[in-house]
Parts: sequence; C-alpha cells; structure tokens
Amino acid sequence: MVLSVRGPRQPPDSQSTRRRRRGPIRRRLWAYLFVAPAALAIAAGFLYPLAKVVWFSFYSGSLGALSYVGTANYAGLWQDPVFSQSVLNNLKLLTTVPIMTVLALVIALILNAQVRGWRQYRAIVFFPYILPATAIGLVFGYLLERNGVLNTQLRHWQLGWMAKDWLGSAANVVPTIGGVIIWQQLGFGVVVFAAALLAVPQELVEAAKLDGANGWQIQRAILIPYIRRTIEFFIVVEAITVLSSIFTYVFVLTKGGPAEASSVMEYYIFENGFENGAIGVASAAVVVLLLVACVLIGFYLRLRARAADTGR
Amino acid sequence: MKRISTSLVQQILLICLSLVSLYPLWFVVQTALKTPQAYAVDPSGLPRAPTLANFLSLFQVMPFGRWTLNSLVVSVVSVAAATLIAVMAAYAITFGRFFGQRVFFNLNIALMALPPVALVVPLFTLMVQARLINTLPSVMLVYTVLLIPFSMFFLVNFFRELPLELIEAATIDGASHARILFRIVMPLSVATTATLVIVNAIWVWNELLFALVFLQNNDQRTLMAGLTLFQGRYSTNEPLVMAGAFLSILPLVVLYLASQSFFVRGMTAGIGK
Repeated sequence: MVLSVRGPRQPPDSQSTRRRRRGPIRRRLWAYLFVAPAALAIAAGFLYPLAKVVWFSFYSGSLGALSYVGTANYAGLWQDPVFSQSVLNNLKLLTTVPIMTVLALVIALILNAQVRGWRQYRAIVFFPYILPATAIGLVFGYLLERNGVLNTQLRHWQLGWMAKDWLGSAANVVPTIGGVIIWQQLGFGVVVFAAALLAVPQELVEAAKLDGANGWQIQRAILIPYIRRTIEFFIVVEAITVLSSIFTYVFVLTKGGPAEASSVMEYYIFENGFENGAIGVASAAVVVLLLVACVLIGFYLRLRARAADTGR
Repeated sequence: MKRISTSLVQQILLICLSLVSLYPLWFVVQTALKTPQAYAVDPSGLPRAPTLANFLSLFQVMPFGRWTLNSLVVSVVSVAAATLIAVMAAYAITFGRFFGQRVFFNLNIALMALPPVALVVPLFTLMVQARLINTLPSVMLVYTVLLIPFSMFFLVNFFRELPLELIEAATIDGASHARILFRIVMPLSVATTATLVIVNAIWVWNELLFALVFLQNNDQRTLMAGLTLFQGRYSTNEPLVMAGAFLSILPLVVLYLASQSFFVRGMTAGIGK
C-alpha cells in the first residue's frame, strides 16, 4: 500500500486547514500541543547532539577535562592511516550497491513473470532482511572461518582452490563483509522492485505485446523505465545504509581486523570514542561522515519531494 | 518447448536462491542441537543425537533470561512511547496548522536517513551527565527518539489518505482533537499502527551499537549486546553460541511467519510513496 501509486493527495495546506487557521487562538493551540513532545524529542535527541558533536570535534581530552585544540583533530584524521583505510573500506563497500541493485532487479523481473510459487520465493528471499545483524555476524563468522563449513565443503567438492581465509586475510575481508551485506539486504531490493513492478499498468505491457515486443524488450523498454524512480530510491537508501549503518557486521565479524584492515568509519568512531576515549577524534570523524551523508540525504530528500509531487 | 525450459531455469535459479537465503538459519538450528564434540566431528551434517543441553547451559553460564527480559522491556517501552508521540505529531501535521509545519516535516524526513552513529558520542556524554549510563532507561530514551522520525513519516502518509470530511464533521460536532484522534482516527489506523509497531519493535530488538556502548553491567545488557559478549567468551563452543543466536532470532521468525505482509509493508516504507 505504501509503495503503490496513489491518486490525488490532500496537500497539507488545503482549504479546510486554512479555514481553521482563522479560528480563535484556543482552537489553533492544539496543533502545537500535539507536536510538542515530538519536537522536544527531536531537539534533545537529534539537534542538540548534532551541535554538540561539531563542538566536540574542536576539543581534545576526556569528558570534564576538555581543551580547545582548533582543527587539530581534523588534521589528525588526515594523517591517520586507519582513518583513510576506514574511508576507503566504506567506498569499497559502496560497490555492493550496484551489485545488489542488478541482482534484485533480475530476481524481481523473474518473480514478476508470475512463475509458480513467486509469493513463497519472495517471502523466503526477504527473510534474511528481518534478522538481527548480530546473529547473522555470529553465523557467518563460523561459516567463513579458515576451517569453517564453507571451506570444508569446498575441499570436499574438490574445489579446494576456491577455499580462502575469508575473514582473516586483509585482502579478502572487505569483499567478504560486502558479501554478507548483500546476503542480508538483497531481499529488501527484491520486494521493493517486485512491488513497483506489480504497479505497472497491464495495458502498457499488452500494447507492447500487440506491437510484437518480446519479453526482453518489454523489460528493457517498459518495465525498467517505469520503475526507475523506485530503483533510484533503492540506490540512495542502500548507499546511506552501506555508508553509515554497517557497524554491527564489522563489530561481530571482525572487530575491524585483521589489524584494522576491515575498519569502516562507524567502527573508527566507535573505537576512538569508546575504546580509546578520544571523544574529539571520534567527533571529527562523525563530522566527516555527516558531510558525506549530507550529499546522500540531499538526494534522498529530492527523490522524496518528487515522489510527493508525482505520487510515484 | 522453449517456454518449459525457461521456466525450468527460472525455478532452478529461485530454488538455489532460496537455499542460500535459508541455509544460515538451518545452520543455526542444527548446530544448536549438537554437542560440541559432535560439531567438531561434523560441523555441517545433521545432528545424529539432537540435544537441548546447549539451551539449558545458556541460562546457566550467562544471565540469558535477564537479557531477553531486558530486550523485551526496552522494546515495549520505547515502541509504545515513540508510537504515542508520533501519532499525536502526525495528526497535527496532517490535520492541523502550525508555524514551521513544512520545515518540521522535511527535517523529519532528513533525520530518517541520519546515521545513528553520529549521535552516539554526544548522547553518551548526555547519559553520563544524567547518571543514566548502565541503566535500561538510557537506551529506552534513545530508542524512543530514534524511532520518532520514521514513525511520524509513516503515519502522516497514512493519515493523508483518510477522508478529510470525517475530521471536519467531528470538529463541527464539537469533538476535541484528542477525542477525534483516539476515537475516530486510531480505530481506522489499526493495521497501519500494527505494521509500525512490528517494524519498530524489530529495529529495537536488533539494535546493537547503543546497547553496547550504554549498557556495560552484565545484568543490564540487552540480548544483542549480551550475545556479542557471549561470542567473545565462548567462541570455541559453537553450539552454545548458535543456541544463543537461535533464541535471539526465534521471536522474529515466529512474528514473520504470523504476519509477513505487515513486515514487508512496513520495512519497505522508506522507498516510494
């Protein structure tokens, strides 16, 4: 329902609300009262911390004994190889987004052809997405150990050359984490795309068939362009996720190891803020992360505004 | 003929995909039913002599019951608080008029996409100052706040579909807005609210970062934070750790099987309309 194409929408400043605006103050007060708890929560829980984190980023020392250091924390980030490694790893992990998008699209198109059992398949593929990343990390930790289930099976099938130290070697660890992320998030894309495909008007497809288009042409020329907005949304949402919500995978699978090879920005913030007690450094890293996130959030807001305008 | 072969290929592909999606869950279940010795001999095979001993020792070696209870309490309290706050705000955004309405709503959408890690350092210092660190209310407060933007967005999208005449008629009849909200709007929003509650509860249940940082007393941990501690201490006892993972997943599996459509609808709401 949330994903479906909707009819004309009631704009927030419709006639009736305008009429109400002219009422006596007592009749308008209620809206402020209703919004107050949420506004307070957002001010105290989002806006104040965000201001505070920018402020912290110019200070050094521990809580209660902070001293102003100017931009030294930022300069420190610039010189810290662990930070550049973390940023680089985030960028590497961003490559999971196009992979997920293409895979999810292919699977959604297959499901959309109403193959037998498509609802069941959709439910199964979505299932990993609801699971706690903590538990997933524990499971994949065992599956991907040097002598874990995957490598044992590969050797058993005479595919020993494919067996690798998935999590223990600096060269493999980031792609492995990327693989686990894809495993969990793929179903989200499939469900989102399948829902968008269901909303494509059947007449469009029928008309193309009458014109002699084959399945592949219909997919390329009608279905995919029709759900373009949804694809863009998915890409932006997943990019935000991979950039800023994968702490759990890294923490549970590798703790940033081996030797910081799989650290990401979030993990760097966690480690500095809470393991090393360097609040200032962690806050400066937060500001850098926020600057990158702002670009993506900007894209997200634009897509959202367009969705609100066109109903799609 | 070509038709049949295409659909055969599709079925094979989808079956492989399903196996890949479900295998890790299967691994959890079958490992949790093995003794450590049986796992060492044959990690991927079926449990020859299934045992529930791992589940019993979970509760003996670590306060697993307490952690589960903590997670449950934290989920219920923060989801209830966030839902109530968001319902009222969403009603005002949809049917009322106040200064900064549009800005407030757009800010809210931007905050939906804000990385939670950006808040963890300043909120930690805030909780230290408030002497709430290592207590469950610290995470309850933070989770409540973090759930509000999405909840508000989700509810506004639904409220906008309600017929405006309904609200107007009730206003003319002299009903207060609190009365309209709880007597007319909420009864019409049961399914939407249920979806929201489920999605939010899962988010709280699964959250790790804040739980890890805010709760460092053994008895005060949530299940997810407890599990990571558990992993550190017992990582060589795979069946025991998998039994813990199984218990953390179990409520989600049950909920998913019982109300799949709620999940799908709620968890994909950030995209599209």
